[in-house]
Amino acid sequence: MVGVTSIPSPAISADERSHEVDHPSSLVAHFGADQPLPLDCGVDLSPFQIAYQTYGELNADRSNAILICHALTGDQHVANVHPVTGKPGWWETLVGAGRPLDPSQYFIICANVIGGCMGSTGPASINPATGKVWGLDFPVITIPDMVRAQAMLIDRLGIDTLFGVVGGSMGGMQVLQWTAAYPERVYSALAIACSTRHSAQNIAFHELGRQAVMADPDWHNGGYADHGIHPHRGLAVARMAAHITYLSDAALHRKFGRRMQDRELPTFSFDADFQVESYLRYQGSSFVERFDANSYLYLTRAMDYFDIAGDHGGVLAKAFTGIKTRFCVVSFTSDWLFPTSESRALVHALNASSARVSFAEIETDRGHDAFLLDVPEFFDIARAFLESAGKARGLNGKNS
Amino acid sequence: MSAQEVLPLGGLDSERSGHFRADHLLVAEMVKPGSKVLDVGCGDGDLLQLLETRGIDGRGIELSREGVNRCVAKGLAVVQGDADTDLVNYPDDAFDYVILSQTLQATRQPRVVLENLLRIGRRAIVSFPNFGFWKMRLQLLIGGHMPRTENLPATWYDTANIHFCTIKDFVELCDEINVKMERSVALDLYGRPVPLNLPWWVWNMFGEQGVFLLTRGGGK
Repeated sequence: MVGVTSIPSPAISADERSHEVDHPSSLVAHFGADQPLPLDCGVDLSPFQIAYQTYGELNADRSNAILICHALTGDQHVANVHPVTGKPGWWETLVGAGRPLDPSQYFIICANVIGGCMGSTGPASINPATGKVWGLDFPVITIPDMVRAQAMLIDRLGIDTLFGVVGGSMGGMQVLQWTAAYPERVYSALAIACSTRHSAQNIAFHELGRQAVMADPDWHNGGYADHGIHPHRGLAVARMAAHITYLSDAALHRKFGRRMQDRELPTFSFDADFQVESYLRYQGSSFVERFDANSYLYLTRAMDYFDIAGDHGGVLAKAFTGIKTRFCVVSFTSDWLFPTSESRALVHALNASSARVSFAEIETDRGHDAFLLDVPEFFDIARAFLESAGKARGLNGKNS
Repeated sequence: MSAQEVLPLGGLDSERSGHFRADHLLVAEMVKPGSKVLDVGCGDGDLLQLLETRGIDGRGIELSREGVNRCVAKGLAVVQGDADTDLVNYPDDAFDYVILSQTLQATRQPRVVLENLLRIGRRAIVSFPNFGFWKMRLQLLIGGHMPRTENLPATWYDTANIHFCTIKDFVELCDEINVKMERSVALDLYGRPVPLNLPWWVWNMFGEQGVFLLTRGGGK
């Protein structure tokens, strides 16, 4: 029989991950029965909680707050060591001392999205009505639901207008939803590698990922928590497929080519002969250590449903009529998941709405993931955009 | 005589205005403070920066990615785009002025671009190098080769400028598409305006570039 090695099992136990779901290692805002979250599906979610991190201090005018919106598999741990993986924060390239988003200048907030699994209420949380994990009883959520929840958090923090809302990918979708839903509460918006709607191709990739999760017998129709297991194989496959879409042909070729993994010759088996296979398997198995399978289903679904124009009679520009927010839109040349054409369509709509918008396409072969990587040209633009907005807003550059 | 002596600009001291190009200073002077402006082909954003010092709400379109990124890094509201293909996406009357500075000759369809400028903006300001300038004529007449100047140093085979015209040609195009010239200035080699009271052929001969403030003409 031909040899086979499958994706390695996660090194970190499920307990560590599931503990973060209800008892996150971050700040938590609880919203009781008197403050339900009205969801697009018609359900009022109550009670619920939002786990969030902050960096820096809110100034006396409460005018220096920047909300970071995280991407599909991100969380609130932007610029601190991750409590489960022990790895650095996911956006330390952009956020930190001397970086474009400097905590000595801004009060930076990032909240785990509703439906997530790092402390904000989601399908992995305990349903207080039953005392059991929500699983598929959790209502389907949307990007506008996530933003509505964030707005409740911002209210709770006593902030009226955000100086900035910043995010890439699904985070960029939230940025755009913020400007469409609460234009007067967003002074400047930095939307990176994103779109105002999820394309058919992107929905297709998400469906592939979801089917991989559901095909794992350990998924148990979403009820795996009751069985004390996690469909880590299905979720790892979903992650592997998705990870390819975050890269580019050129980046994969540059990084791996056809190089072999710890061997000179093919083994004539289904072992991970190629470095790229080994890399993908690692991506898959490390992802399942920190992410809940049902949460992945819910969040991918939220992205699929996203269509700002659809919510405004099919005319995108109508979503931004009369908007005063300063926009900066950034795309990357090799991003085929959220290609430049999507950003350009957004820019045209913003122009048609007379919005103040900057748009830069950055040349890189690193694909969609470029927004998380060290791309100096992108940092220069982010810094200059926020600095000029700060000048217009009357921020003096330091905490006042 | 320096540019700022002939082109006094309110709000700018002479030391600062010295940093700016003569045609930019002339364009800036044509724009009413407080208005909303789109600069098509804004390059590195020098003109937009000059306009912002005058309290003008400026936006830009630039073809080159490097140019856009430099503009955005200066905090300017500039988008990557092409005058030939992207102007159609702007609604009517979106701006008080649309500026096309030294770019008309590089567009594929100058006539369509010009029509779009005056659809998007209530006024347009267009500047371009005058191919009727005496030095150009001399290079063709005596040298027998395509003219090259300090401002247009590219050879014929790698120039981005594919639609050169003379001031006379431009005036004729404006007539043809019913565009009214509110103000016309020809600048000589040193950025000085050619005196107003001289006939057109002098402008066309001694103007190194033309700068025109245009509005929509009445019904024909």
